[in-house]
Amino acid sequence: MTALRMAALLLAAVMIQGVLPRTARGAPGDFVLVAVVAVGLLHGRVAGLLAGTVAGLLQDALGGGMLGLSGLGKCAAGYLTGVVGTQFIVTQWMSRGLLFLGASALNSACFMGLSVLLGLRRYDNPLLDAATQAVINAAAGVLLFAVIEFAPTAREQWMLLLERRRKRRYH
Amino acid sequence: MARADAGGRTRSLLVAVVVGHVLLISAQVATPAGPSALRTTVVALVTAFQEASWTVAGAVNGVWDGYAALRGVREANERLARENTELRVQLQQARANAAAADEMRALLDLRPHLPWKTTGADVVAGSLSPDFRSITIDKGLDDGVRPDMPVLNAAGVLGRVAQASARASTVQLIIDRSAAAAVRTSRTRTEGIALGNGERALRLEYLSDTADLAEGDTVVTAGIDGVYPPDLAVGRITKVERTGPAYRRVLIEPFADFSRLETVLVLLAPTAAAAGLVAAPAGQVAR
Repeated sequence: MTALRMAALLLAAVMIQGVLPRTARGAPGDFVLVAVVAVGLLHGRVAGLLAGTVAGLLQDALGGGMLGLSGLGKCAAGYLTGVVGTQFIVTQWMSRGLLFLGASALNSACFMGLSVLLGLRRYDNPLLDAATQAVINAAAGVLLFAVIEFAPTAREQWMLLLERRRKRRYH
Repeated sequence: MARADAGGRTRSLLVAVVVGHVLLISAQVATPAGPSALRTTVVALVTAFQEASWTVAGAVNGVWDGYAALRGVREANERLARENTELRVQLQQARANAAAADEMRALLDLRPHLPWKTTGADVVAGSLSPDFRSITIDKGLDDGVRPDMPVLNAAGVLGRVAQASARASTVQLIIDRSAAAAVRTSRTRTEGIALGNGERALRLEYLSDTADLAEGDTVVTAGIDGVYPPDLAVGRITKVERTGPAYRRVLIEPFADFSRLETVLVLLAPTAAAAGLVAAPAGQVAR
């Protein structure tokens, strides 16, 4: 069940990232990375590692880049997020935001570093690019956890409302 | 004890995954194409999902565009009608010029321009990562699409096919950080390389010191890179600034709007062969 939920989250992130150019006219956020960090935080380091590997390879294969470039940064980010999630209490929005910022910076450092090292890409302003992406990812990550935490409460309230309506109709 | 074992196993898994990635990258450094079977399988598997989500997003967008965002449509209509009239006049002029050029080519015994075989394709997904600038289209190997074929729309060059599976292909946009195209200016025929930088503008590099460039110059493909045939519209020079005694920073704004791509055209003709045939004097070919 957990694996299925993880796969669904990753697939949803891939779909959202893929349709962004159609809706938001392109955004510098990496929502696949956000999903990987969320998996690491929710299900631990092994899940984060595997989710990062799969998501990164997917991005590389579909983006036309060198296979493994995105995967390396994402598996490291997923694993370390899992480690941090089990060693520290990461429940406040601020600490989650920082975790997403750190994971995003690590991912960007791996991807940009390897790309420059192998002469595959040019960056005019790598720090600004990485920082912009990290801030957007952190905001998306905090929002995602707010939704995840609000979902059970919303479901309960919805069920209560349905129950009340049913009783009113019965009486 | 059991916890220590689990920790050891997890670390071993991490090391294995990292080493696997490094080996995968190393293998592709030697052979840049990479394991194409893995790529084509992934593209084939994920494209169906992407196509569905792209359609849903398009429907939502259509509702917005069709009902909520209709302000200014009258002005847009009037502007488009004016543009249409101007373009009709330009088309007539271009036809007359083409006919004259064909006559000249016949007189000079040059090979005629070959009509390009093309196929239209719908965009089914955007870039899966902010680090890539690519799109997925719904035409692939079954439709005659092959890697390195040029992709364009009505505005100009969009990019090239990076990889193709049976029924879908990934197109690397010309604005991608690892994309490049040989180009020249229409006014002075100055040649250079247009490099993508991940944003809207392209950088023009590898120029000669004496190159005559000005803001507003139109940039077209040079046809010498083996991918793009000559004279496809690329963009317009928006900035020329001297940043050193022998270095200039030249920016090109592409004609194509990469933020909203719906339908594209793939040039199916074998690019390298066609580039050699176009405008090649018959005498030189014979030698």
